[in-house]
Amino acid sequence: MTTISTQDVLHLAQLSSLQLDESEIESLRTDLEGILGYIEQLSELDTTGVEPTYQVTDLQNVWREDTVDDYGLGRDQLLSLAPEADQKQIKVPKVL
Amino acid sequence: MSKISDFIGHSARENVQQALDKARSNESFNAILSYSEARAYERADKVDAGEITGRLAGVPFIAKDNFLTVGDTTTAASKFLENFSAPLQATAIEKLEAEGAICIGKANLDAFAHGGSTENSAFGPTKNAHDQSRVAGGSSGGSAVVVALDIVPFALGSDTGGSIRQPASFNGVVGVKPTYGTVSRYGVVAMASSTDTIGVLSATVEDSELVMDILSGQDRKDMTTLPDFFTPESISSPKRIGVIKEFMTEDVDSAVREKTTAYIEAMKAKGHVVEEVSLPLLKYALAIYYIVVPAEVSSNLGRYDGVRYGARAEDAKNLSEVYGLSRDRGFVSENKRRIMIGSYVLSSGYFDAYYLKAQKARTLLINEFNKVFESYDALVGPVAPTPAFSLGENTEDPVKMYLADIMTVPASLAGLPAISVPAGHTPEGLPVGVQLIGPRKSDALLLALAKDGEA
Repeated sequence: MTTISTQDVLHLAQLSSLQLDESEIESLRTDLEGILGYIEQLSELDTTGVEPTYQVTDLQNVWREDTVDDYGLGRDQLLSLAPEADQKQIKVPKVL
Repeated sequence: MSKISDFIGHSARENVQQALDKARSNESFNAILSYSEARAYERADKVDAGEITGRLAGVPFIAKDNFLTVGDTTTAASKFLENFSAPLQATAIEKLEAEGAICIGKANLDAFAHGGSTENSAFGPTKNAHDQSRVAGGSSGGSAVVVALDIVPFALGSDTGGSIRQPASFNGVVGVKPTYGTVSRYGVVAMASSTDTIGVLSATVEDSELVMDILSGQDRKDMTTLPDFFTPESISSPKRIGVIKEFMTEDVDSAVREKTTAYIEAMKAKGHVVEEVSLPLLKYALAIYYIVVPAEVSSNLGRYDGVRYGARAEDAKNLSEVYGLSRDRGFVSENKRRIMIGSYVLSSGYFDAYYLKAQKARTLLINEFNKVFESYDALVGPVAPTPAFSLGENTEDPVKMYLADIMTVPASLAGLPAISVPAGHTPEGLPVGVQLIGPRKSDALLLALAKDGEA
């Protein structure tokens, strides 16, 4: 049975770019432990020598012409969606 | 409930007005997140003036709010996209509009389509059309309820692990999850790319068939779409149908089993050969699903960073806080659980034991389905182990909530078409649906079987 510690939750939150509120941590810890406990049953299934399936279309290498297509969307239209934009660029607070 | 044909040949403006009036008088169900009133009337007037024609001319519909539509918001029922107004439309919407259909609003869902009850919506749960103390099912709960309440004859939904079929069953409407790749997903908020599908919910099988005929086909904007194979058909000779043994055990609600058995008896009476079949690997499907899908979710939801679009935490002092705080506030708990489980199963040291293992198990499950379809044209069984459960009944325990998907995730993992068809009501008056599952590209046959069952 996999146990998940508070430290594990914080590590997973960091990997997931989630800055969790203190009040969320314990309930997430219990939930994640429960979910991992359920999916662990897969370990009893023998998958030796089996190829993994990543997609189910049977399609392979769907090519298109190497030409620019803006899908009818202009720069201004896309910039207007950003929470903050300036001088034709998206703006964010300082990185460090 | 009305059929598409009830709306054809009438004033489109009146059709739209009636649908909007009906929607507003049913707001206590919380099935609709926004109305597209201005655009709907504008398009209705063009239909009435003969400028727009087609097989759905003047027919109102509602789209799940994870389909991008121009002119109004597309929220995915999340705080992140609460004020997001899309600059483009989903291909599915474009195709319906090209046939004259009119989108009058957007339906509630579990935020980012994560859930099986619509209780994970950031804007409150949708209530079941037959009992307001019960869930609508999910994640396309709003889409199922607007059809069941007869607001519109059909609605668009998305189905990643049962999100069309299960709410269809809970509300007594038809729900179609097509073969993976049948309908373009361009312009639909991505959840799990290897199982996401677009489909329809409607009052009648015939209407679902018509809408699928319009929606299906290749789209160069979605490289996973298949060349159009969908052609409506009818049953001309008896079929071989397998009853899924693992879905008819005593763990399944007795009224659900009774209604499924009655549906099976009716199929036999029509001359079809119906036999019990066993698919022993089905018991692992939910575990496979809750590894593969969170892994894909964690990757697909990486785009919500508070930088390019959507809500940014205003108090973020640096870039890392823009990401971390915007994501913490923009997502509901279920989004976070899935993202973190995805991060877990993909992280070094666990990748082989979880993610790779699940993808291998998925191959075994697909092989098992293929083997059964050598002898049978389709499989039949319940859609969900219970009818609609009570609001709040499963919210405390995510695993308990996931178990509501146990009968719908297998077809999703294998990319198979599966439909939910109304099969009567429990003694308490709650709808029960049966599920028909077929080999890839047998969508039209499943609908033909369902039509045969209605007749």
